[in-house]
Amino acid sequence: MSEKEITTRQNLHFDELWAYDPAPESPDYVKIEEKYDLFIDGRFQEPESGRYLRTVNPSNETVLAQVAEAGKKDVDKAVTAARKAYDGAWSKMAAKERGKYLFRIARLLQERAREFAIIESMDCGKPIRESRDIDIPQVIAHFFYHAGWADKLEYAFPGYRPRPLGVAGQIIPWNFPLLMAAWKIAPALAAGNTVVIKPAETTPLTALKLAELIRDAGLPPGVVNIVTGAGQTGIEIVNHPGIDKLAFTGSTEVGKLIQKAVAGTDKKYTLELGGKAANIVFDDAPVEQAVEGIVNGIFFNQGHVCCAGSRLLVQEGVADELVYKLKMRMESLIVGDPLDKNTDIGAINSKDQLDRILGFLAEGVEGDQKIYQSKCDLPEKGYWCRPTLVENVSQSHRIVQEEVFGPVLSIQTFRTPAEAVTLANNSPYGLSGGVWTDKGSKIFKIGKGIRAGVIWANTFNKFDPTSPFGGYKESGIGREGGIHGLLPYLELSQ
Amino acid sequence: MIPDFKQTVPVDQIGVDERVARFRTRSIKKESKLFALKLALQMVDLTTLEGMDSPGKVRQLCYKALYPHGTDPDIPRVAAICVYPNRVRLAAEILKGSGIHVASVATSFPSGMGTLESRIEEVKYAVDEGADEIDMVISRWAFLKGEYGFVFDEIAAIKEACGPAHLKVILETGELETYENIRKASDIAIYAGADFIKTSTGKISPAATMPVTLVMLYAIRDYFLKTGTRIGMKPAGGIRDSKTALHYLVMVKETLGADWLNPDLFRFGASSLANDLLMQILKQKTGHYQSPDYFSIG
Repeated sequence: MSEKEITTRQNLHFDELWAYDPAPESPDYVKIEEKYDLFIDGRFQEPESGRYLRTVNPSNETVLAQVAEAGKKDVDKAVTAARKAYDGAWSKMAAKERGKYLFRIARLLQERAREFAIIESMDCGKPIRESRDIDIPQVIAHFFYHAGWADKLEYAFPGYRPRPLGVAGQIIPWNFPLLMAAWKIAPALAAGNTVVIKPAETTPLTALKLAELIRDAGLPPGVVNIVTGAGQTGIEIVNHPGIDKLAFTGSTEVGKLIQKAVAGTDKKYTLELGGKAANIVFDDAPVEQAVEGIVNGIFFNQGHVCCAGSRLLVQEGVADELVYKLKMRMESLIVGDPLDKNTDIGAINSKDQLDRILGFLAEGVEGDQKIYQSKCDLPEKGYWCRPTLVENVSQSHRIVQEEVFGPVLSIQTFRTPAEAVTLANNSPYGLSGGVWTDKGSKIFKIGKGIRAGVIWANTFNKFDPTSPFGGYKESGIGREGGIHGLLPYLELSQ
Repeated sequence: MIPDFKQTVPVDQIGVDERVARFRTRSIKKESKLFALKLALQMVDLTTLEGMDSPGKVRQLCYKALYPHGTDPDIPRVAAICVYPNRVRLAAEILKGSGIHVASVATSFPSGMGTLESRIEEVKYAVDEGADEIDMVISRWAFLKGEYGFVFDEIAAIKEACGPAHLKVILETGELETYENIRKASDIAIYAGADFIKTSTGKISPAATMPVTLVMLYAIRDYFLKTGTRIGMKPAGGIRDSKTALHYLVMVKETLGADWLNPDLFRFGASSLANDLLMQILKQKTGHYQSPDYFSIG
């Protein structure tokens, strides 16, 4: 369908006649303490620092809890506890027993899935549909998957003797708080390491609930230590001499600092950093499904996704129809209360992040970019951003080059497959990419051409614990998930 | 301009199924639920298509259409009665002046394996007897053989025979198998003159499914975007409970918008759905479920 053929623009009415009544999941179902301490050596301990931070519900700006901020001494206590647990219990335990603990964590999470989903949505702003149907099920899948590996590591690396490294220091972001905790903790424990993990300061609650669950599961004290705090706490972990392995997920900026800090030490490390994925739509693609994939690629989790399909590259012949239908689809996206079961797009995670996103948009307005937003109403309180498209941009624009980490999609056109690949690769990042075409051979050709760790074909943002995830170039070092994800937590000897 | 039907519009099956799964997660509560239940009831084509359909059976079905739950004025009536041609006159007499349409399957239903002449005769007979809606079947053998022109021409010929009656074209999607076939058959039917496109006869399994209906809704949407003409949609067979019906309405609303949320553009071909809708409507109004024994059978 060319532009000329679409004769009746904006004639479909999605917001009239029948609006869905609110269908909120009840927060009464969960219990959030007023104050949380640090989980060190199997119990909650007050921070030596004496300091607490507040964690806020980004959809209504209410304070959910006070959370301890771990200082240098606290991190040291946690690393000491982890070392003791490693030497005394975890590394001596039969591998199949380690596996049983991981299975137990997975089963307890299944039983309490609803509770975890609600808290995640409250603390993080993501819609309950996603925390309920994606985040928490993926968390559980990661624990089950790695539980199975615990006593089979020798089969993962035939001919080698795999041994754990010791104490893993792990720092995770705020976009998938519990899922990132699972990505870090499950392989570390399965491989026989103990853990000191720091959740993000804006989203610590599900990790602290996980601490309660780990305690209830009867894990030996000190195997998992959860130290909350902000950037400084992370620095203490990175610089602690007792850490054998660092795993970081977050911004490329911080990733580079970590790389500098560990240079010259014998710490192993993996970094999972930013991305600016190209989502490439060819003129032979199934258009309606490509629209869904674009929506899922950029508006999933408010665009707070390192592998988000944030650059749409569309072949010229189909661009008008695709963008028209994308705009139409955006009108049926429901933005609002994260706990409402019908919400498609929740709140932006924090004021800081909202300001960063709005900064990109303000710059776009100044620079004659064409900015389109869906016409939905936004709640008065809280941090919100309508789903947004940015047209009239080229490779030179900041919005095409830099990671926005919000529901903002830049749109460019291309003429030939080779041009699409060139545009896709013209980025410092290389985490993920998408290809949309009806032709199988084209998928393989383009997929091989894109320098990124994950390529999706005719779909986007699909995750599975069996599949390795990680980036090229400034998107990171190392892989998480699958056999590849076990390797960074092991030393292989003949 | 009529498209080249040899060209296939690509449809990704997994993508369609995933989209449908999203519609099913919509949670419809309170007033919005009552509104939708009543709307769904108004969209039902109350159907009986059996060799056993005696005049007595059809008479009872017509009274059910007129008085779905006694004489409660707050309960809406269904859209139409759907019967075989030889029962049209009876149904039309009973329903006269009620606003309830009389639909008739015709064209050698359900197989379509008659001569074009005999199928046209059947349509003319049904219209003469009083049917104002005709549900025709396409020649699936010709479609699967790639004779798209044959299918186009038969639909166009039957549309002509319908005269003032509305034409619903049954694709029998369960026999077409792939979503791309279903998309193509939808396009052929729409361009050949269908007022409605309909999934199934109800005689083949699978009958209507949400993904199949979504593919057809996309065809309707593309035609609307090109021409401004609104074509109707009728999933038929296999829709038995209110929850499923509401998910269909969610799908229509989020794909085609509010303009399609009325019986002129969307119908359910079903027999047992009406009673489940009634039961749910009364549950919403009174706060309790009532025994199925309190609802007259269709």
